[in-house]
Amino acid sequence: MFKIFTQKWLTLLLSVGLLLMSCLSVVQAEEVQVAAMRDGIPLDEEVSPPAVSKVENKDLKRMRDYPQQPPTIPHNISKYQIDKNFNKCMDCHARDKASEVQATPVGVSHYQNRDGEYLGGMSPRRYFCTQCHVTQAESKPLVENVFIDVNDLMKQDVNK
Amino acid sequence: MKLTRRDVIKAQAATVAASVAGISLPASASNLITSSAANELTWSKAPCRFCGTGCGISVATKNGKVVATHGDVKAEVNKGLSCVKGYFLSKILYGKDRLTQPLLRKKHGVYHKEGEFTPVSWDEAFDIMAEKWKTTLKAKGPTGIGMFGSGQWTVHEGYAAVKLMKAGFLSNNIDPNARHCMASAVGGFMRTFGIDEPMGCYDDFENSDAFVLWGSNMAEMHPILWTRIADRRLSHPNVKVAVLSTYRHRSFDLADIPGIFTPQTDMVLLNAIANYIIESGSVNQDFINKHVNFREGVTDIGYGLRPTHELEKKAKNAHKAGASSPIDFEAFAKFVKPYTFEYAEKMSGVPAANIEKIAKLYADPNTKVMSLWTMGANQHTRGVWTNNLLYNIHLLTGKISQPGNGPFSLTGQPSACGTAREVGTFSHRLPADMVVKNPKHRALSEEIWKLPKGILNGKPGAHAVQQSRDLKDGKINVYWLQVNNNMQAGPNINEEMLPGYRNPDNFIVCSDPYPTVTAEASDLILPTAMWVEKEGAYGNAERRTQAWYQLVNAPGEARSDLWQLMEFSKRFTTDEVWPADVLANNPAYKGKTLFEVLFKNGQVDKFPLSQISPDYENFESKDFGFYVQKGLFEEYATFGRGHGHDLAPYDRYHKERGLRWPVVDGKETQWRFIEGSDPYVKPGTGYQFYGKGDNKAVIFALPYEPPAESPDAEYDMWLSTGRVLEHWHTGSMTQRVPELYKAVPDAMCFMHPDDAKKRGLRRGDEVRVVSRRGEIKTRVETRGRNKPPVGLVFVPFFDATQLINKVCLDATDPISKQTDYKKCAVKIIKA
Repeated sequence: MFKIFTQKWLTLLLSVGLLLMSCLSVVQAEEVQVAAMRDGIPLDEEVSPPAVSKVENKDLKRMRDYPQQPPTIPHNISKYQIDKNFNKCMDCHARDKASEVQATPVGVSHYQNRDGEYLGGMSPRRYFCTQCHVTQAESKPLVENVFIDVNDLMKQDVNK
Repeated sequence: MKLTRRDVIKAQAATVAASVAGISLPASASNLITSSAANELTWSKAPCRFCGTGCGISVATKNGKVVATHGDVKAEVNKGLSCVKGYFLSKILYGKDRLTQPLLRKKHGVYHKEGEFTPVSWDEAFDIMAEKWKTTLKAKGPTGIGMFGSGQWTVHEGYAAVKLMKAGFLSNNIDPNARHCMASAVGGFMRTFGIDEPMGCYDDFENSDAFVLWGSNMAEMHPILWTRIADRRLSHPNVKVAVLSTYRHRSFDLADIPGIFTPQTDMVLLNAIANYIIESGSVNQDFINKHVNFREGVTDIGYGLRPTHELEKKAKNAHKAGASSPIDFEAFAKFVKPYTFEYAEKMSGVPAANIEKIAKLYADPNTKVMSLWTMGANQHTRGVWTNNLLYNIHLLTGKISQPGNGPFSLTGQPSACGTAREVGTFSHRLPADMVVKNPKHRALSEEIWKLPKGILNGKPGAHAVQQSRDLKDGKINVYWLQVNNNMQAGPNINEEMLPGYRNPDNFIVCSDPYPTVTAEASDLILPTAMWVEKEGAYGNAERRTQAWYQLVNAPGEARSDLWQLMEFSKRFTTDEVWPADVLANNPAYKGKTLFEVLFKNGQVDKFPLSQISPDYENFESKDFGFYVQKGLFEEYATFGRGHGHDLAPYDRYHKERGLRWPVVDGKETQWRFIEGSDPYVKPGTGYQFYGKGDNKAVIFALPYEPPAESPDAEYDMWLSTGRVLEHWHTGSMTQRVPELYKAVPDAMCFMHPDDAKKRGLRRGDEVRVVSRRGEIKTRVETRGRNKPPVGLVFVPFFDATQLINKVCLDATDPISKQTDYKKCAVKIIKA
C-alpha cells in the first residue's frame, strides 16, 4: 500500500528480471514493504542509480507554495561564480539590470540588514543566493506531497 | 483545464459588468478573496526542525493545516532569514506516505519476525511491546533492553525517555543519535572545562575580526550562521575568513585563507599553532598563570572497534583512554616543539605560509578570532583530543569568553544541546552534566525523582555503536528507536547493524512519522506526531532554549514520542521491573505502575489543564489530564537551577524567542566564565572556569596519532561522508518535499577530475564505491559544489537508495565513543 511506481522501481524490475533469467536458483531477498524511499530495493542490496538528473532550464517562473517562499531558480546555474569577489546572479537580478533581461529583481527584503533597516544596495547577509534559491531537476519526486495551498483553504472558507 | 488569455478576459468582463450594474456576485466569482475572516492566517512561533543553529520560524496555520513558514523577524538568531530547508518546513508534514497507524509484522494474524506489516491498534502494539520487554527483563535484566533516541527529541521527550529507562527500567542502555554527532564535543568540554556547551554565543559573529573553520562547511550545514559571517566579512573588509577542510566546498567561496589538509592532520596543524604562539612570545602569561592547568593525556588509546579487532589488541591504553597526568607550561612547550610549520606542511599538505597566516590570527592580541567546528572535528577517532587542542590555542592566548573572541563548537541537531546533552540522554549521563557512575549524582537524582534510595544503576549503559553490536550478538533483545533513522545513519550497516535488527531473537520498534529504512528493518512501526503537531522545546548551540505550542493535529492515529513513552509506562508495575528487596524496604512503591511513579508523582502532574494555552491544542496534556510539558520541564529544571544550568520558568519560554542559560534573576547569559557577563563568576576574579574545582581550565598535551584506516595499494582513496544544504540528515523529511528533492535528487560520488580520468571515468558514469565492509553504486560528479583533492571522494548520506554507511568503518573515538564518518579507505570501480 505504500509502494509507488517510479523510474527507479522500473529499473529494479528490469534488473531483477535479468537476474532471474541468468540464474534459475535465485534466492528471493526479503521483500521491501514500507520504505518508499528505497524504491523496492532490499536493504542489503544495491542497484544501479538513475542517470544524472538534468536541471530544468526553461526560464519559466514557477508558482510559489506561499508568498514567503523563495522562488526556485528556473534555469541552469552550474557554471555561475558566486564568491566573495563576484556574484554572477546579480548580473541579471540586480535592480538596475533586471529590466534589461526581464529577470526578476531581488526582493525588497534583500536590502534589509539584521535590524530591518533598508540599505542602498543588497544586504551582505543575502549575498550567497543558493542558501535559499535552488534549481530544480527534471526528476519525478519519489513520494507525492499533499500540502494544501492556502488559496484552496480560503475558498473553502468563502464557500462555507 | 488550461485557461487561455481570452477565458481570463471573459471572466473579468463579467465581474466588471456586474459591479457596474450594482449586482454583487458571490465571492467565489471574484478573483481576490479580501474578506477578513477568509483571508486571515494564524501566525505562531517555533524553532526550526532541522539543524543546531536554532532559527526562529514564523508558522502560518489555517483550518488545521500549516500553510506557510519563513524566518521569524523577531528571532535574534536569524532575524527574518531562513535557509531553503527552513522555508519549506511547511511541507515536511505532508508527505503522502505519512504513517497513521501502528504496523506490526504478522503472519496468520499473529506477530512473526518474517511477517508482513499489518495495521494494528495502539493497544495491540503496546501489548506485544510490553510482553517482549517483560520477557527480556525477566531473562536478562536491564542490560537486555535498549533505546536509541535523538538530538531531535524535544526536551520533554528526552527527559521522559531518560526517566522511563534509567528510573523506570533501571537500564542505562539509552543513547541518542547525538552520540554520532556531538559526543566528542561533550568530551572536549568536560575534559577542558568540566562543564558542557559553548561559553560564547552567536553575538560573537558581529564582533569578530577573524573566523577559522576547522573541518566545517558552514555554508551548507549552518547556512544562517554563515549569513552572519558573510555579513561581517563582506561589510568589514579587514575581517578575515580561513577555511580548513579535507576537500574544497562552498565555504571556500568566502575564504581569504584556504587550506586543504590530509585527513586527521588537523591535530598537527593545531599543535603547530600552539607551538607558534609559544615560540613567538604570544602566550597570555597572566591568563595562563591565573586560569589554566596543564596536563598530558595518555596515548595509544585504540579506535573503539570490537575488542577482538587487531588494532584494539595492539592499543596499550584502550582501557584508560581518558586518563591524563599534570604537567607544567615548560613541559607543554617542549611537547609541542616538534610541531613546526615545516612538519605541519609535510603532514597536512597545507603550505607553511598559509599555516603561518592562520597562526598569526590567533597570536596577534589585537585580532579577535572565532574558531568554528562541527563534524570534521567531532566525527574523528581522536575527536575529544581535537576539541581539546582547539581549546588549547584559545587558552594560551586568553582569547575566550569575550565578544568576538572564542572557540565555538557548532551543533548538528536542533536539540543535541537542549535534549541529548542537557537532559542527559547518553548512556553514561544524568541531567545537568551529572553521570551515572557518580554516587552523589545518583543520590541527587533519586531525591529529585522521588525514588527509593540507591535504586539507580551506576554502570554506564551501551552507547550507540555498542548497542548495534549488542543487538547483533543477541545481548540486547528489545530495542526502541525514536526520532532517528539509524539504519541509514549508523556505521557499517551490513556487518554491524542489519544483522542485529533481523536477528530472530530481537524485537525492534521504530517510532517515526515516515516509513524509513529503519522502519523497514524493524518489527513494529509506531506512527509519530512531528514538530508543530505537539508542544515542545529545543535547545540550540548557543544555549538558547526555545519552546513552541502544538499548532496542528497529527494525522490519523499518529502520536508524539512523549505520549508513546508515557503511555507505555502504564504497562509496567514496579513489582515487575524493580528488585524485590528495594520494594520490601520501600513498600509504598509496591504495585504502582511506572506511570504513577515517574509521571504522576506529585511533581510532573502538578500543573492543571487550566494552565495550558486556551489558544492551542495540547493532545498529551488533555489525554493524561494535566499540563504534561510544564510538569516535566519544571521537574527537569530542578536539576540545573543553582548549579550553573539555570532555566527560566517554563511559561516564559512561550513568550520569548528563546533564552540562553544560565538564566539567573530572569536574565540570560551571553558569555560564560567571565566576570561581568556570567553571574556565577565572582567579582574580582576576572575569569572562573567553575566546571573545575579550582576554577581553572586545562590545556592538554596530546600528539598526532594516525586514523584507524588509511588508503593503501588496494583501497586507494579516502572516503568522507556528510550532508548537503538541501537535505536534513537521511532525507526522510526533506526528500518528501518536491522542491528539495528536485534541488538534489540523488547522492553522487564527488571526485577530482584526475582521479576520474585515471580510472577511465567521466562525469555521470556509474561507479561502485567499495570498502572492506560493503559497497554502494552511485555516479561520478567531477564538477559539483564539492571539489575533493586527488585521493579523496565525498558521498553524502541523505539518499536512501545509496546507503553509503554500508561502506563506513564503525571505528569510534575511544573516549567519546563517537563514530568517525569522515575517513575510511575505499576503491572506486567503474560499474
